Amino acid sequence: MNPKLSRHIYGWLLVTPALILLIAFTHYPIVSTFINSLFSNGTVFKQSTFIGMESYQTMIDDPIFWKVIKNNLWFALGTIPTSIALAIIMALTVNKAFAGRAFVRMAFFTPTVLPMIAVANIWLFFYAPEIGLINNVLEFLGLEGKNWLGNTSTVLPAIMVMTVWKEAGFFMIFYLAGLQSISPELTEAAKLEGAGRWYYFRRVLFPLLLPTTLFVFMNAVLNSFKLVDHLFILTKGGPNNASNLLLYYIYENAFAFFDTNYAATLTVVLLVLLSVLALSQFFFLDKKVHYR
Amino acid sequence: MKKSIIKIASSAAIALSLSISSFSAMAETELTMYYPVAVGGKLTKYVDDIVDGFMKNNPDIKVNAIYAGNYNDARIKALAALKSGKPAQLSVMLSVDLLELIEQDAIIAVEDLLESDEDKKWLKSFYPSLMENATFDNKKWSIPFQRSTIVMYYNKEHFRKAGLDPETPPATWEELIAAGEKLTKDDKSQWGMMIPSTGYPYWMFGALTKQNDQVLMADGNKTFFDSQGAVDALQLWKDLSEKYQIMPKGTIEWGTLRQNFLDQKTSIMWHSTGNLSVVKNKASFDFGVAMLPAGKMRGTPTGGGNFYIFKNTTKDERQAALKLMKYMTSPKIAAEWSIKTGYMGVSPEAYETTELKEYVKAFPYAAIARDQLKYATAELATFQTGRVRKMLDDAIQATLTGEKSPKEALEAAQKSAEKVLKAYRK
Amino acid sequence: MRIDKFYSYIENFGAWILAILWVSPLLYAFWAAFHPAEYATSFELFVPLTLDNFKQALEQAPLLRYSLNTFILVSVLLLAQMIVSVLAAYAFARFEFFGHKVIFAFVLVQLMITPEILIIENYATLSELGLVDTITGIGLPYIASAFGIFLLRQTFKTTPIELEDAARLEGCGVMCTLWRVYIPLAKPTLLAYGLVSVSYHWNNFLWPLVVSNSVETRPLTVGLAIFGAPESGVDWSVISAATLFSVAPLLIAFLLFQRQFVQSFMHAGIK
Repeated sequence: MNPKLSRHIYGWLLVTPALILLIAFTHYPIVSTFINSLFSNGTVFKQSTFIGMESYQTMIDDPIFWKVIKNNLWFALGTIPTSIALAIIMALTVNKAFAGRAFVRMAFFTPTVLPMIAVANIWLFFYAPEIGLINNVLEFLGLEGKNWLGNTSTVLPAIMVMTVWKEAGFFMIFYLAGLQSISPELTEAAKLEGAGRWYYFRRVLFPLLLPTTLFVFMNAVLNSFKLVDHLFILTKGGPNNASNLLLYYIYENAFAFFDTNYAATLTVVLLVLLSVLALSQFFFLDKKVHYR
Repeated sequence: MKKSIIKIASSAAIALSLSISSFSAMAETELTMYYPVAVGGKLTKYVDDIVDGFMKNNPDIKVNAIYAGNYNDARIKALAALKSGKPAQLSVMLSVDLLELIEQDAIIAVEDLLESDEDKKWLKSFYPSLMENATFDNKKWSIPFQRSTIVMYYNKEHFRKAGLDPETPPATWEELIAAGEKLTKDDKSQWGMMIPSTGYPYWMFGALTKQNDQVLMADGNKTFFDSQGAVDALQLWKDLSEKYQIMPKGTIEWGTLRQNFLDQKTSIMWHSTGNLSVVKNKASFDFGVAMLPAGKMRGTPTGGGNFYIFKNTTKDERQAALKLMKYMTSPKIAAEWSIKTGYMGVSPEAYETTELKEYVKAFPYAAIARDQLKYATAELATFQTGRVRKMLDDAIQATLTGEKSPKEALEAAQKSAEKVLKAYRK
Repeated sequence: MRIDKFYSYIENFGAWILAILWVSPLLYAFWAAFHPAEYATSFELFVPLTLDNFKQALEQAPLLRYSLNTFILVSVLLLAQMIVSVLAAYAFARFEFFGHKVIFAFVLVQLMITPEILIIENYATLSELGLVDTITGIGLPYIASAFGIFLLRQTFKTTPIELEDAARLEGCGVMCTLWRVYIPLAKPTLLAYGLVSVSYHWNNFLWPLVVSNSVETRPLTVGLAIFGAPESGVDWSVISAATLFSVAPLLIAFLLFQRQFVQSFMHAGIK
C-alpha cells in the first residue's frame, strides 16, 4: 500500500476510539441541548411541542436566572484572582527551605485530596451560628459573630472562602512546578544586580510564570462554573437564591422540577459563556504567551 | 435489556422446574421497592426486618428493598429507573409527590386495585388527615407509612430556671412569645425559640398559616400565598426575631437545629416528629414535647412518605405489592414501627395494640403527633410541586433575611405560582 | 542583612499560620471523629478518645462497599483513559492524517465543556444505552479526555524523531514504536495525568450523584452526601469519622508520594 495513505489510515484508526466517545458525550449533547431548548416540556397532560424561542423569553423574564448569573459572575470574580494570588504566594513560600516546609506544603495541598462534599459538612460546622467554630472564636476575641449562611449578604462570600481554600493548594502545585524549572542562576543574577524582591517578582518571575498562570486561570474559570458540590450540603442555593449558581440551578430544574427543556435552555447559556471565554483566551491571551 | 432477558430466562427456568417437579403452579413474584433513608443504619434495619417477616409469611413473593437516600433522591431515582429499564414496582416517596407522579404518568391509583370489601375497609382504616395528600380526583392514590407532623420540643430545665412551669408548655402564640422573652438571655447565649427556615421552610409555614385559619392551596392547582392569613403568619414569623427578638435573625439551618437544641442554645424548637428518638437518646437534660401553639386555632401540616405503586407493572406484581403494603400498615407492624422510629402509627388501630398502648403509657410524648392529627392539614402539594414549593420557600427566606416585606414577597410568589398553575385549571 | 532575616522570620511565621488555617478542617475532623459526640461542638483538652464514631459510621453506611466502587471506578477509568488518550495523542503528534487539525480542534472543545456541564443530555444518552446505575456509566463520558490527549501530544512531540526511525529500522511497526519508544519516555506525563485523574474522580460528585442509584454502584462521595445530608440532622462525629475513612487512602498516598507528585508535574511540562 502507498505508505502515505497508510499513515492517513493509521492516524484515523488511532483517533477513532477517542473521537467516538467525544462525539457521544460532548458534541452530540451540545447539539441536542440546543434542539431541546426549542421544545416545551412534555407531560401526560401536554405533549412536548416546538415552541421556538419561547423558553428563552421565559428565561429572560425569570428573575432567578439573572440572580444566578450575577451570583456566578461575583463568584468567579471573588474566587479566581484570590486563589491564583494565594497559589503564587504559597508556591513562593514553600519553594525555599525553612523549618517545617514539608508540613506547610502538605497543609496547603490537603484540601485538594478531600472531597468537597465531605468537607462541606465540616464547613457547615465552622459557619454555624451559636454552635459554630468561627463564631466561637470571634466571641472569644470579643467580637460579634454572624449567621454566615443565613444572611443574603454573607452567604456568597462564605461559599467563596471555602472554594478558595479548596482550589489554592491545587494551583500551587502548578506554580511550584513552574518555579522549579526556572534556573537558579537567574535568581542569583537578579540578586547581584540588587533587584528588590517585588521588582524581581514583577519583572522576572511573573512573566516567566505566565504560561502557568494562563493554564491555572483557565482551570479556575472552568471551576467557577462547574464547582457546585458544596451547595448541596451548605445552602441548597439559599437563602432566597443568594448563593445559587448556574449549574446548580440547571440541576434543580432538571432533577427537582423535572423541567429538562428549561434546563436545556439554561445549559445553552452556560455553553455560550464557556465558549466565549475559551475563544477570548485563544485570541487575546495566547498572543502574549509563547507556547512551545 | 440484558437484565430483562436474564429475568425472562430465569423465570422461565423457575416455571419449568416447578412444572417438572409437578408442584402447584406457584410462580415467584419479585418486587423491587425504593425506600428513602437518608442515614442508613437503624432505619434500614427496621425496614429489612419487616420485609423479612413479610417474606416468611408469603414465600411466593420476593422483595428487594433499595435504600435510595433522602426523599428527593428516592423520587428522582425511582422515576429514573422507570425510564432506564431497571424498574421498581413500588416505592415510598413524599406524600406531596403525588401530582408530580401523576403528571409523569408513573403511578396507578391504589384504590383502583381494590376489589373485596375487606380491601375497601382497609383503605378507610387510616387517619383521614393522613389521606388528604393521597387524594386526587376523588381517588386515593397512595398509602401512608412513614408519616410525621411538626411538634414543639422544649427544654424543661430552661423553663424551670426562667420561672416557667415545665409541665404547661405555651399553648397560644401570646404564651409562646411571653415564654420566649423570658427564656432568651440578654447576651443571646440562649435563645427562646428556633423555627428552621432552610430545607423545608414551606412546611413550617404551613403550620403557622393553619394556626391562622388559612390553608395554602386547594385542588393542587390554586394557591393562597398572598391571602391575609398567610401574610400575617409570615409577619409573625419575622416578628419573632425582629420585634420580640426571641429567635436569631436570618435563616435557621434545618440540619443543625437539632444540635442547637441538644447543646441548649435554644429552649424551644419546632421540628419533625422524626427527630423524637434521637432527641430522646441524646438529650443530656429533661425535655418535653408538645403540640404546636394556637393562633386562631391549633394547626400543623402532615408530612412524610407514602407507598406508591408504579404503572409499569404486571397484574401479579400489583397484587403482590398490595399485599406487602397491607402487611406493613397492619396495626401490629405499624405499632412496632412507630415505637422504633418515632414516626406516627398510621391508623387508630395501631394505637389500640397493647405494644403501643404500653409504650405511650411509659413515654407519653410518643402520642403527641397522633393527638395533634385532629388539627392537621395537608402539606403543600400542587402540580409542578417542586417549582411551586420553591417559590414559597424563596418568599419566606426573602422575608426572614430582610430583603422583602411579607406582603411583597408573598404577592410575588403568588404571581409566579399563578403563572405555572393556570394551565392546570379546567 | 539583619532586616532580611527579620523579614524571613515574619514570612515563615505567616506561612505557618496560613498552613494551620488550611488544615483546620482536617484537624477538626480528627477531633470530632475520635471523641464522643458530646464534644463534637465543644473543645476540652483531655476528654476521652473513642473509636465508636468509626464503628457507627461503618454500621450506618456500607462505606467499604462504597470504597470498593470508587476504587473500581477510578482504576478502570484511568486505564481506559490512558489507552484512549495515548492512541489519539500519538496520532495527533506524529500522523499528519487528513483533517487532523480540525479533529484536534474538536477534541479541545472538551477542555472547556466537560461532561458534567452536559449533565441532562448525557443522562438521557446513558439511559438509552441502559447504563444508568452502573459503574461503567459513571466512567464512560470521561474516558476520552481532552486534557489527557493534549498533554500526551505535547510530550510525544518532544520525543526525538530519530528514535522512531531507529526503531523502525529494527523492524518495529506503528504500535511497537509507540510501545517501545514513546510510552517509556512519557512516563512522567502519564504519572502526572494519572494523579490528576485519580484525585479528580475520587472526589467527583455531581455526575455520579445523578447516575448511581444503588449501594452497588454508588461511589464514596455520593454515599457520604446521602449519609451527611442535613435533612436528617447533622451528626458531626459520625460524619467526620466517615469522611476520614473515605479520604484516608488518598491522603496517605499523597503524604507518601508528595515529592514524586510535584516532580512529575515538572517533568510533564504542565506549567
